[in-house]
Amino acid sequence: MARLTGFLVMLVVASSLGVVASQHQARKLYTAVEREQQRSRQLEVEWGQLQLEQSTWAAHARIEKLAREKLAMRPPLPGQIIAIEERP
Amino acid sequence: MTKAKKGVTFNHNPLLRSELPAWRPRFVLLCLLGGSLALVGRAAYLQGVNDQFLQAKGESRYARVLEVPATRGKITDRQGDVVAVSSPVKSIWVIPEDARLNPGQVRQLAGLLEMPVQEVNQKLSVDKDFVFLKRQVSPELADRIAALKLPGIHDQREYRRFYPGGDVMAHVVGFTGVDDKGQEGIELAFEAALAGKPGSRRVVKDRRGNVVEDVQSIRLPQDGREVALAIDNKIQYLAHAALKQAMIDHKAKAGGVVVIDAKSGEILALANAPTYNPNNRVKLTGDQLRNRALTDTYEPGSTMKPFTAALALEKGKVTANTIINCAPGRMTIGSATISDAHPHGALSVTQVIQKSSNIGAAKMALSFPPETMWKMFDDLGFGSPLKLGFPGEVGGRLRPAKNWRPIEQATMSYGHGMSVNLMQMANAYQVFARDGDIVPLSLSRVDTPPVHGTRVFSPQTAREVRQMLETVVQPGGTAQQANVPGYRVGGKTGTSMKLVGGHYANRYVASFVGIAPISDPRLIVAVMIDEPSNGKRYGGEVAAPVFAQVTGGALRTLGVAPDAPLKPLQVARGAAAPVREAM
Repeated sequence: MARLTGFLVMLVVASSLGVVASQHQARKLYTAVEREQQRSRQLEVEWGQLQLEQSTWAAHARIEKLAREKLAMRPPLPGQIIAIEERP
Repeated sequence: MTKAKKGVTFNHNPLLRSELPAWRPRFVLLCLLGGSLALVGRAAYLQGVNDQFLQAKGESRYARVLEVPATRGKITDRQGDVVAVSSPVKSIWVIPEDARLNPGQVRQLAGLLEMPVQEVNQKLSVDKDFVFLKRQVSPELADRIAALKLPGIHDQREYRRFYPGGDVMAHVVGFTGVDDKGQEGIELAFEAALAGKPGSRRVVKDRRGNVVEDVQSIRLPQDGREVALAIDNKIQYLAHAALKQAMIDHKAKAGGVVVIDAKSGEILALANAPTYNPNNRVKLTGDQLRNRALTDTYEPGSTMKPFTAALALEKGKVTANTIINCAPGRMTIGSATISDAHPHGALSVTQVIQKSSNIGAAKMALSFPPETMWKMFDDLGFGSPLKLGFPGEVGGRLRPAKNWRPIEQATMSYGHGMSVNLMQMANAYQVFARDGDIVPLSLSRVDTPPVHGTRVFSPQTAREVRQMLETVVQPGGTAQQANVPGYRVGGKTGTSMKLVGGHYANRYVASFVGIAPISDPRLIVAVMIDEPSNGKRYGGEVAAPVFAQVTGGALRTLGVAPDAPLKPLQVARGAAAPVREAM
């Protein structure tokens, strides 16, 4: 009887230690999840900023200005356009 | 031993021998018992009956309710290019009572915030608990200010809206206020979809402030939806640039361009002038803010004539070749006289449109009862707002048919005595571009275009009027400058005097509404220039070139195959040589 009690007490102690350990583990993992979620939000913000930057660089007004001034481009005159028809 | 010296041991202490009254120990015992009972009772009360109080106190040591911010949805054009996006910024605020700063610190702070020292001092001396020093500064700047570790200075995370399209898209997209709520344009019209709902959740935090456990989500955050507009960035830019140039060339007061996809009813471009930069609205005036294509009405003038002709064709009153006598260029109805800008002789119905004869249109109009004409105008969407959901949209003026006098019916046939906005005009021209029916216009992208709309005219009538519209841009027509090389286009010019204080003043509105390509219309382009004052004032001289420029560019952008033989065009037939577009 005494031996059984001792055994059960040991089991109880072991399982309570297990609870503490797993609780700690769970919290650590949760912190990690939290950190990753934070990172994902930050990346999303950065994605928005990059899209913004891209739109700004690719603004048609800017492209046209660069094409005309820096690259000396112009729309083709009607005579310079060659239309290509696919053979039916 | 001391005990021995005293000669008295504990047991022989005389005090013990003295007789105590019996009630005294009982009284002490009772007191002790009562005290412990009280403690047990209190403990039971706190643990069992009123347990929330202590639990709440305990929880407040480690549990926190966190706000989970939701971001406002992006607005993109039809290709998915961003035209409005929210990005986090910080607002610097201060508790004036806590902010005891020396002049050096104030100068440093003012320098970082790019504000005059005086203004900072004034804000610091306000008798309030909470004052914004500056809103919406960049996160980097906020970090530098936080690094100064000034007492009483705090920052708060907020979102700011950025508009990479700038003035090109300003009127369509609109803008949000400092609290990230829509105030104009799409931002206001689609507020419900765009706005996010912040959520909150209860968490357990450890000593270091890390979240260690998620207790419950009180409210899930809902990010705003992304809204894809029907607007095509490139066509919008073409319209904006062409309009801007026309404004300068003709010293005009205002103007608008609308481009509609005739197949789906999508609004591909909506440009207004004057415009503004939504990213910097410091010197914004109401004049710049107006989305004229939707909120301002004008008398459409001759751009109305094709509808009159269509109705006459539809009702079998005329055919395209019926001759109408328009000589001598004047006509008296009741006490009023109407006239043509240039007198004509006898014209066919086609020529009435081509040469834009008021007399011809009036004669056709007077052949049917007012109700028939009113019904057509109503079917075309005149007289009531289009209900695009845009703020400030107006419907124009169309009086009930029973009050029409014959002179009014005659003038309405060529677009006077009624008013419309530019969008309504473009909307109505769908009947010619779409074989007689009208589909509802859409500001947002339409993925499954409606096949059938509301029928106004028969396909036969629509096609005949389309032929007439093409003659307008051909030799002998009023808008030869509307020609687009490579494509067959058609349209109608309009030049109307403006009503100022109830009288027609010597100010004009020049407009052109056209469709292209004629063989299978894809686009409807409406152009309106308000008060051109550099000599030219006719729709054919002022608005038609803008139409040509926008339409040509838009058709190429959309990849619509040319349907007209280009005179100097070289056509290479046969197996296509590998010609690649230069990048």
